[in-house]
Amino acid sequence: MLDRIVRIWVKEFLEFYRDTGARYRLVIPAILQLLIFGYAATFEVFNVPTAVLDLDHTQESRTLLADFTNNARFKIVTVAQSQPQAEAAIENGDAVAALVIHAGFANLLLKGQTAPLQVIVDGTNSNEALVALGYVGTIVETFSQQYMVDLAGRTAAGRSMRVVQISVDQRDWYNPNLNSRWFFVPGVIGMLTLMTIVNLTAFAIVREREVGTLEQIMVTPIRPYEFIIGKTVPFFLIGLFQVILVAVTGVLWFHIPFVGSPFVMLLGSSLFLLSSLAIGLLISTLCKTQQQAFASNFFVLNPVFTLSGFAYPIASMPVVLQWLTYINPLRYYLVIIRGTFLKGVGLDILWPDMAALAAIAAVLLTISTLRFHKSLE
Amino acid sequence: MPGERQPDIQISVDHLIKRFGAFIAVNDVTFDVRRGEIMGFLGPNGAGKSTIIRMLCGLLRPTSGRAMVAGVDVALNPERVRQSIGYMSQKFSLYGDLTVAENLRFFGGIYRVPQKEIAERILSVVEMAGLAGREDSLVSTLAGGWKQRLALGCAILHRPPVLFLDEPTSGVDPISRRRFWELIHELSDDGVSVLVSTHYMDEAEYCNRIAMIDQGKLVALGTPAELKNRALPGTLLLVECDEIGHAIELLGSAPGVRDVAAFGNTLHVLVDREAGQTDRLIAWLAAHGIAGARVRPIEPSLEDAFVQLVTGNREAA
Repeated sequence: MLDRIVRIWVKEFLEFYRDTGARYRLVIPAILQLLIFGYAATFEVFNVPTAVLDLDHTQESRTLLADFTNNARFKIVTVAQSQPQAEAAIENGDAVAALVIHAGFANLLLKGQTAPLQVIVDGTNSNEALVALGYVGTIVETFSQQYMVDLAGRTAAGRSMRVVQISVDQRDWYNPNLNSRWFFVPGVIGMLTLMTIVNLTAFAIVREREVGTLEQIMVTPIRPYEFIIGKTVPFFLIGLFQVILVAVTGVLWFHIPFVGSPFVMLLGSSLFLLSSLAIGLLISTLCKTQQQAFASNFFVLNPVFTLSGFAYPIASMPVVLQWLTYINPLRYYLVIIRGTFLKGVGLDILWPDMAALAAIAAVLLTISTLRFHKSLE
Repeated sequence: MPGERQPDIQISVDHLIKRFGAFIAVNDVTFDVRRGEIMGFLGPNGAGKSTIIRMLCGLLRPTSGRAMVAGVDVALNPERVRQSIGYMSQKFSLYGDLTVAENLRFFGGIYRVPQKEIAERILSVVEMAGLAGREDSLVSTLAGGWKQRLALGCAILHRPPVLFLDEPTSGVDPISRRRFWELIHELSDDGVSVLVSTHYMDEAEYCNRIAMIDQGKLVALGTPAELKNRALPGTLLLVECDEIGHAIELLGSAPGVRDVAAFGNTLHVLVDREAGQTDRLIAWLAAHGIAGARVRPIEPSLEDAFVQLVTGNREAA
């Protein structure tokens, strides 16, 4: 058994060695994707282009607007002179948010009444709009608290009443600054490995089928499992190499903390790699040409990403889709990889995810091996 | 069953049928191949030659019927058959990015050629295939004839008693083809049974026996000489004359003529086996305005036989 498998390993190694482009294809896209995600993929919003319109012209209104001007989240691009001008800034896309302070703002504040601040956001990018609204709320809240304290200090009425302040003391564990990069970079490891391994496996076998070498192999006495082990173990090693490459780059370049155990991370990675190999193998048994394999990979990988928790929270999905995430290996791997990177949790916490990954890998590998007949039908 | 009585029979095919949905690719085919015999499959593309070979290799499952190869029922025990066969597919299917020696070592390993013999066998295959000095060339850089001999080499490295060659010489130059057939005859002399498909008529002449296959059916089976005699129940005459186009029409309506076919600047005319036909044709043409025709009897070619047998089969169907 082993002699034949080793033969295939030697062959795979030689083909990989001769294909000089292959080594770059494995390293460069991985690093590139890591950099792109590390730098570009973030839910945080900075420099929201903002239009302001101050119809009150009081010290209070100017103080409030200054709070926005001095905040890195907002960038004042238009100082409007009229309501239509402010609205036009949103309409023609110069601004994503517009802040309008109506006349009488300071007066209402002085009387201790609710003073309205009109905020218009461009909802076409609902995510950015929502986040921007959140920031507006925070800034305004700070402003009003400050104002109340000032008012209380300055007025006789204030001296007689007690100012009650509730402050929320927020502690974000594991990622104290809620850095998106910390959230994304470990996830990129899962995404990249899945993509590389599913593609490599599916294409490698379908290419042999297309070129005709698979038919030549099939007429030999080799057993299907010998062929499958011979064919997939090299990809397993390539996948492991990529996991380590991206993890090390993430730690050294992006300073993502790695507080957990490398052993637990590699164990989870191995289980995840097996699942990915099985998906690739399954696709290869269903496709006759590389074109079909390409289309199938696209069809399979997209939902796997979307339903993994890589970017979109699983808890916000409709229940039916949440069920689907339970058969998604990436879902478990992301828990494992984020858990080991940021939280430093061990097998005592992660074992259910490990077990789920192992079960998925076992089922998928069994199905794909059974499907891989040594016949052309 | 002849296959069970004669230990000599290496391939025994009994009422083999293969359907793909409603399409019958192989329709009730029966034949035997003896030890050391070269059996040629002759037929047009899509006739079912490759399908039969693939069933014999265990790559396709027969719909019904039985195939025994090297004493093993292929459908029941495809894995055991595979150790006893060598197979060369229509399409060149070795690894182009490996060298000649690496390909041979790979297949030697997969077939479990004993470690101490592998070097010697690779050497003899390289020598046989005329690949000496090219052991370290990448296969993708070899010319067609070399690739094809290497593919044969990879197929016989484990010394199988039965060899299946599916159109091995398509797209190969004539000199390489000739050389390839010499190799096949050497193997047959060593007792290897060879089943080879082709659509080159001249190649079929190299075979001990020919199975003519058309539309999934075995149309005729026999030695090249037998097939020629059987196919043409009459005398074949070669006619050289002017106005070939006109002459075809004239001869077609001449008494005693069964068939007329153009071959280059000449006509092949199949006539009833009667004395005096030659003179009668010359006279018939002269009477209808084509003078000076030369007519002589010729030996029918395999192509003549093939056309006759296939036409007969299609008319019967």
